[in-house]
Amino acid sequence: MNELEGRLARPPEKALDGEQLRARLTARATAEGLLDVAYATLDSPIGRLLVAVTRRGLVRVAYPHEGWDPVLTELADRVSPRVLAAPERTDATRRALDAYFDGRLRDFDLPIDWSLVRGFATDVLRATARVPFGDVTTYGEVAAQAGSPRAARAAGNALGSNPIPIVVPCHRVVHADGTLGGYTGGLDRKEFLLRLEGFLPALA
Amino acid sequence: MATPDSKIGPTTRTSRIAAPGRSIHVRLPPFQTLVDAHAQELHRFLIASIGPDGADDALQETFLSALRAYPRLRDATHLRAWLYTIAQHKATDAVRRSIRHRASDIDEVDSRRIAVTPPPSPDDELWSAVRVLPPRQRSAVVHRFVFDLAYREVAERMGVSEEAARQNVSAALRRLRKDVNR
Repeated sequence: MNELEGRLARPPEKALDGEQLRARLTARATAEGLLDVAYATLDSPIGRLLVAVTRRGLVRVAYPHEGWDPVLTELADRVSPRVLAAPERTDATRRALDAYFDGRLRDFDLPIDWSLVRGFATDVLRATARVPFGDVTTYGEVAAQAGSPRAARAAGNALGSNPIPIVVPCHRVVHADGTLGGYTGGLDRKEFLLRLEGFLPALA
Repeated sequence: MATPDSKIGPTTRTSRIAAPGRSIHVRLPPFQTLVDAHAQELHRFLIASIGPDGADDALQETFLSALRAYPRLRDATHLRAWLYTIAQHKATDAVRRSIRHRASDIDEVDSRRIAVTPPPSPDDELWSAVRVLPPRQRSAVVHRFVFDLAYREVAERMGVSEEAARQNVSAALRRLRKDVNR
C-alpha cells in the first residue's frame, strides 16, 4: 500500500452520539408525520414490557418471552415499517402502567389502536375491555357479549392472542367453574394481576 | 379447482386500494433495525466523505430521507446499498452547501465558522480533496480504503458493478495524487 492509500485508511475520527441521533430523528420524524409506530420498554413487577403506540393509540403490549424482534417485525408487517424506538411518544402509556402496578390506577383511560386484531377477536377483546378492575367474567360470557354465546373456545383463542394484555384485561376472563384458565403471559402473571386487583387474596 | 378468491389479480388490486403507495407487498424490517445496524458505519462513511463537522446532520438527514421513502420500497434485499446511496447524496449536498457558504464571506455566521476552523494540516488537505471528488469516486475511495473493502464489496455497497467500482477508485486516486501532492 502506498503512502496516499495509507493516509486514506486513517480518516478523521468522531464518536457517534447514538442517543442524540435517536432523539433528533424521532423529533423530526414526529414533526413530519413519519413516525407510524413508536415503541419503548419498561420495567414492571411481572418483568420487562414492550409497549408500542400509533397516532391512534396503544397498539401492542408484549411480554419478554414473545421476543422483541418478532413483536417489532409483526408491527412492521401489519401496521407500518416506520417503526422507531421513541420512549417520549409512549410516556402516557408507561406512566399509566407504572401507576397501575403501584395500585394508584384502576382504569386505563388510554386510546386503543385495534389494528392487530381482526373480526370476532375484536368483539371479544372490546367486551373484555369493559370488565372492571377487581371483577372477572367467563369465556362464555365474553363470547356471548361478542355475539356468539356458544363460541367460548374461539373467545379463548382470541384472548390468548390479545396484542394488548394488561390494558385490555384478558386476565379478568376465567372458567365458569372458577379455575383461572390460560394466559398469554403465563399463569403466574395472571395470578399476580388478579391478586393486584384484589380478586384473588394477596399472598401472606 | 381454484376459487375466485384464490386468484392473485383481484387480491392485489384490493391491497393496492387498501394501502396506497405500497402496491407490491415486500416485508420490510422495522426501520429501527436499520438505524441500529447501520448508523455507526454510515456515520464513519459521512465523516470520511465530508468531515466530522457536518457528519451528524448528514446522518440524520440520511435516515430521515430513508424513513420518508421506506414504505414505498419494492425491494428489501439491498437496504444497505440503498442507505449508502442516500448518504452519498446527503454528503454531496453538504459539500455543495459548504462551498457556497465559503464563497459568501459577507455572511456573519459563516465568517464565525471559518474563524473556529483549526489551521489546515496535510491530512486536512487530503480530506478536503476527498470531499470535492465526484460523488461516486468519493464513495468508492471511502469504501475501498476507509472500510478496507475488496472491490466486490465496494461494488455491493454502492450498487454498481465491480468494474465500475474499480474505475471509480482509480480515477479518485489519480485526482487525489494530482490535487494533494502539488
